Amino acid sequence: MELNNFLKKRKIPLAWLLLTRQPLRILVAIAGIAFAGILMFMQLGFRDGLFDASVTVHKLFDADLVLISPRSKSSISMSGFPRRRLIQAMAHRDVVGTTAVNWNFLLWRNPENLSTRSILALGFEPSKPLLIDSDFERKAKTLKNKGRVLFDDLSRDEFGPISSWFKSGRLVETEVSGKRVRVSGIVSLGPSFGADGNLITSSETYLELSPGNPKGSIEIGLVRLKNGSDTEKVVRSLNLSLPGDVKVMSLKSFIDFEKNYWKSSTSIGFIFTLGAAMGFIVGCVIVYQILYSDVSDHLPEYATLMAMGYNLRSLLGVVAREGLILSIMGYIPAYISGQALYALVRSSTKLPVEMSFSRASVIFLLILFMCMGSALAAMKKLADADPAEIF
Amino acid sequence: MKNKEINTLNIVSLNHWYGQGEMRRHVLQSISMEISPGEVVLLTGPSGCGKTTLLTLIGALRKVQDGDMKVLGKQLFGANRKTRQNLRKNIGMIFQGHNLLRCLTAEQNVQMGADLLNGFSYKARRAQSREWLRAVGLEDHLSKLPHDLSGGQKQRVAIARALAARPKLLLADEPTSALDSSTGREIVDLLKKLALEQSCSVLMVTHDPRILDVADRLLRMEDGQILPSV
Repeated sequence: MELNNFLKKRKIPLAWLLLTRQPLRILVAIAGIAFAGILMFMQLGFRDGLFDASVTVHKLFDADLVLISPRSKSSISMSGFPRRRLIQAMAHRDVVGTTAVNWNFLLWRNPENLSTRSILALGFEPSKPLLIDSDFERKAKTLKNKGRVLFDDLSRDEFGPISSWFKSGRLVETEVSGKRVRVSGIVSLGPSFGADGNLITSSETYLELSPGNPKGSIEIGLVRLKNGSDTEKVVRSLNLSLPGDVKVMSLKSFIDFEKNYWKSSTSIGFIFTLGAAMGFIVGCVIVYQILYSDVSDHLPEYATLMAMGYNLRSLLGVVAREGLILSIMGYIPAYISGQALYALVRSSTKLPVEMSFSRASVIFLLILFMCMGSALAAMKKLADADPAEIF
Repeated sequence: MKNKEINTLNIVSLNHWYGQGEMRRHVLQSISMEISPGEVVLLTGPSGCGKTTLLTLIGALRKVQDGDMKVLGKQLFGANRKTRQNLRKNIGMIFQGHNLLRCLTAEQNVQMGADLLNGFSYKARRAQSREWLRAVGLEDHLSKLPHDLSGGQKQRVAIARALAARPKLLLADEPTSALDSSTGREIVDLLKKLALEQSCSVLMVTHDPRILDVADRLLRMEDGQILPSV
C-alpha cells in the first residue's frame, strides 16, 4: 500500500540524475568518501583489535571467578599474592575447583638464531584445568615431566619456527631463562599487546625457570563455581571473607579490567580514535567541496526551479538526497575494502581484527553524518539562488 | 458581481525602486495595467526601461514595494514568501535563455513542470509530459539532453515545460531573442496557440518587431512608465 502510494506520488529523481549525469564528479566523491571510510575502518579496527588482543589468553581461562593481587595493574605488571587464599576460597560452598597460575615474562632463546626475546610464561598444576580447550587436558599431561613447555604457535615468528619444527617430528629444545626446556606440545593462544608470544608450563618447571619467584606466591587464581551459582553474590562474599591482599572478580570483570588498562592508561585508544577522526574530517571536506561546487554549478537551474514554483524546502531536499546517495555509494566500497584490509592485517600481524556489526554500523552512521552535515553546509549556497536574477 | 470573472492581472499605481540613498533609482513609476483571461499582451520598449522588473514583480519573484497588484486574484502587496511561492505554481515562465536543466532529458524537463501538479499519478504526469512534447513537435526527441537539441528545440521544450504545470498566466521574456526570424515566428505562434487552448493569458516582453502582430494588445514602456496606447 505504502509502496503503491510512493510509486504514484514519486517525482523525477532529480538528486540521482544530478549526480549520475556527472560521472567524474560522483567518482571523485565516492573515492573520497570511501577513502575516509577505509581510514576509519582501519583506525577503529586496529584500536578494537589491540584491545581484544590484550585479552586473548584471559578469554580462554576455564574459570568463573579470578583472584588477583590488588596491586596488579595489567597483564604486563602482575603482582603476586599468597597461594593459600585459593584454598581459603575453596571453603565457600559454591566453589568447586581452583587453579593457581603463575604469570610472568621470561627470556626465550630462539633455537634457530639463538637470539633471546621476552615471552609470557604461565605456570600451573597440570592436573588441574586451565584453558577451555577440549584437547588441552591431553597436552597438559605432557607437562608432568620436568622441563617441558607448551608453545603458542600464534606467537610471533621471532621466537623461531617452533611449531613447524615440532609438527615435522623434530625434537625441539631451547633455553628459557638460561635453563634447558623441551617443547612437548603446541597450543593456540595468540600474541597480545604486552606479550609477543606465550608458553605454558607446570608450576614446578616454572619455579625452576624463575627461581626468584617467592615460594607460595602466585599471580592469578582461577576459581570454578557450581552450575547455577550467582557469580556476583559469590564475588561479594569472597571479597568480604578473604584478606585485603587479594581481589576477587568475575572472569568478565577480569577481561574488562585488562582492556580498561589499555584503554585508559595508555595512549593507544587516543591515537587510533584521533586517526579515525582525521579520516572523518577529510571525508567531510571532500563531500562538502563536491556538494558545494555542485550547487554552485547548478545555481541558475535551482533558481529556475524556484521560479517555476518549487519551494526552497524541496530544493534543500534535493541536496540532502544527494548527500544520502553519496553516503551509501561511498560506504559500500569502504566496507568491502575494510573487510579485505582486515584479512590482510590478520594474516600479517595475527591481531584479532574482525569486522564487527557494531563497528560497521558506527562507521556507516559517521559517513551518513559526514555527508548530511556537508550537504547542510552546501545548502547555504542555495540561498544565493534568486529567481528574480535569471531574467 | 459574483459572475464577473476575476481578471488575470490588475495593477494600480505600482512603483519600484532599486538601490539605497543617493543611488536609489525609480525604475517603475505608477504603472497601471490589466490583463483579462485568455488575452495575449505584448510589452515592448528600449532596454533598461523596466520591462523585466515588471515581469519579475508579476511573476511573484520580487517583493512589491509600493502599489496595488493582484495576480490571479491574489494581492501581492505585502504578500509573504509562501503566498508568492504558491502563486508561482500558477504562473508559467519562459526565459530569454531556455533555462532547461542540463542533466535531464527533454521529457524529464517537461515533467519537472508536470510534477508541480497535485493529484496526478506518476504515470499520468509522464503521459502528459509526452503529450506536451508531441504538441510542440518534439515527439522524436523525448530522451535527448538539452545539449543535443537546437536552440529552437530547446525553446519548444521550455514552452512545453511551462504549459505542463497548467498555468493561468504565462510570462515570456524575449523568448525569440536567441532564435533566427523564422524559428522565432514559429515559436511565438505555437506559444499563442497552445496558451489559448488552455485559456491561459500571455504577457510577453519582446524587442522583436516581426512578432508584434500576435498580440491582442500592445503596451509600450519607456523610462519606467507605460505610454498611453496609440
